Parts: sequence; structure tokens; C-alpha cells
Amino acid sequence: MEGDIANLGQYIGAGMGALGAGIAALGVGNVAGNFLAGALRNPSAAAGQTATLFIGIAFAEALGIFSFLVALLLMFAV
Amino acid sequence: MASNTEQTAGQTPKSTKGIGIALFALAIVLFVIGVVGTKDPALSIHPMDQFELKPAFGGKEISLFTVTNGAVWNFLAVLAVLALMVVGTRGRAIIPSRVQSIAEMAYGFVHKMVEDVAGKDALDYFPYIFTLFLFVVMTNFLGLIPTSFTPTAQIAVTVVLALAVFIAVTVLGFVKNGVSFLGLFWVSSAPLALRPVLAIIEVTSYFVRPVSLSIRLAGNVMAGHAVLKVFAGFAGALGAFAVLPILGVVAIYALEVLVSFIQAYVFTVLTCVYLKDALHPSH
Repeated sequence: MEGDIANLGQYIGAGMGALGAGIAALGVGNVAGNFLAGALRNPSAAAGQTATLFIGIAFAEALGIFSFLVALLLMFAV
Repeated sequence: MASNTEQTAGQTPKSTKGIGIALFALAIVLFVIGVVGTKDPALSIHPMDQFELKPAFGGKEISLFTVTNGAVWNFLAVLAVLALMVVGTRGRAIIPSRVQSIAEMAYGFVHKMVEDVAGKDALDYFPYIFTLFLFVVMTNFLGLIPTSFTPTAQIAVTVVLALAVFIAVTVLGFVKNGVSFLGLFWVSSAPLALRPVLAIIEVTSYFVRPVSLSIRLAGNVMAGHAVLKVFAGFAGALGAFAVLPILGVVAIYALEVLVSFIQAYVFTVLTCVYLKDALHPSH
């Protein structure tokens, strides 16, 4: 066995950070799915709301990116 | 470089097919050279190696004024944007050529976005936002050329872009609104007891903006390119039987083209949102 217990914790933490990125995917899918549901009910209003869609996706995605950042920091910076 | 081929393609549509076939043949030749040239293909592709900054014209160490590969590709992106705009606006034809329509579409797209998201009075700042969009989209697209370097995958580059937006928007907010710009953090529609708590949250989210803006762009581009290299590593390990990994690389490459554009769009749209907050800080 090589490495020490700190390395073990580092890698486990990085893996858990990746889980956070995956959970943020749920949020992004939720935003996009709800947009599609609304757009199919009223297609004529959908075109004007694409900017809102991308802003919502960006905000939901930001939190996933923070956990990705934590994983990156654990892997390469700590 | 890219825009030069665009230009010749735009004038003689018949030659596009030839250029496409030539590019395809070039890709196959590069791939064969890559597979044959590496002695131990399974070990030779490290996903994160492509983000390493190196001096572009020989030498080993990087000092303050060394021209690195990142600087070279940044410069090429600026050059490509300039070429696109100069060539695109030179003809001013009523029936636009291909380059001219790309330039016009990009202009109209960003113009409409600024107007829709940030309001009519934000159009004063349209040139900066347009520059930002073209730079990000061009660095992303040039970074998709095999063996090139992607400056937007470097957090240093995106942090500078995001901080420029953040500082500009904050200064603009105070210049335009004076002290009442701080009303952005004081949610007057909420119950009075909740307002201090909300103010803390609002201030935090305000200062997180440059972080999320920069990490989003760099993270997306970096992750996409690393995944491409991981699949390339699979292909290298399988050698001549690497049909599935190559199909995977092609699919992910198509996704990356989409992501390149969407991330540039998101970066610009968020800049517009922040600009709107600075111009109309009402809650």
C-alpha cells in the first residue's frame, strides 16, 4: 500500500465533489424540461424566453461548477 | 487562419467540397501519424497535458515576457475576429457573401441580446459586449482545432475577462446611480425583519459573480477537452480496432462545438444581466 491517509481523504473528497456536479445536472435538466413543457403549451411565446432559459441554466450550473472546482482543488492544489 | 479558408470558400462555393475532402484527408493522415508515431500509445495521452503553458518559440523557462502558446492562440483569435469583421464589412453587398452574413448574423444576434436582456439604454455598451462575445467564441472555436491550445481553458484568462466585467459593472452602477446603487442589496419588497438576512445573501451572491462567471467558462471548456483526450486515449490503447472510441470522439467533438458557442453566449448574456442590474438597480 502506498500513499497515506491524507491522500485517501483527498481522493474521496474529490469523488464526492464530482457527485455534486452530477446533482447539479438534475437542476439543469429540471430547468430545461420545464422550459420545454411550457414551450410546447405556448410555442409562440417560447422564442422570446430562450435568454431566460440560458440564464436559469447558467445559475443552476454555477453551483455544480463550484463542486467541480472543489474536486479540482482537492486533486491538484491541496 | 480559419477565416482565410472561409474567405476563399465564400467566393467560390464549388471549392468548398474540395476543401472539406482535403481537411478530412488531413485529419486521417494526422491520426495515422499520431498512432504510428507514438511508441506506447496507451500511455502517451495524458488528458491534462494539453493545458500546459509552454514557450511557443523554443526555450524552457517562462519569464514575464515569454511568448507562450497561450499568448499565440489569444493573438490568433484576435486576428481571426479582425479578419472576419474586416472581410465581412468590406463588400457591403446587398446579397451578402458567406463571410458577410456571418458577420451580420453575429452583430444582429448580440445586438438583439443586449437590447432584450439589458434594455435599450444598455446599447451604449454594446461594442464591449460584442468584442467579448467574439473573442470568447473565437478562442473556443480555434481551440477545437486538433493540437491547438485553448486560452479559455486557463482560469487566469477567464478570471481577467470576468473581473473586467465585474469591476466595470460595479463602477458603472455607482457612477450612474450614486449611493442608491446599494439598493440592489436591500430587497424592499421583502418583510422588514427578513431584509438584513437577504442583504447578506445578496452581497455574497454579488461577489460570487466573477468567480462563477470565470470558472463556468474555464471549467466547461477544460472538462470538454479533457474528455476528448480521454477518449483519444481509449482509441490509442485499442490501436487499429478503435472504431467505438473514434465514434465517441466525433460525437463529443460535435458536442464541444455546441458547448463552445453556448458558453460564449452564456458569458455574454450574464454580462448583460449584470449590466441591467447596474443600470436599473431596483428590487
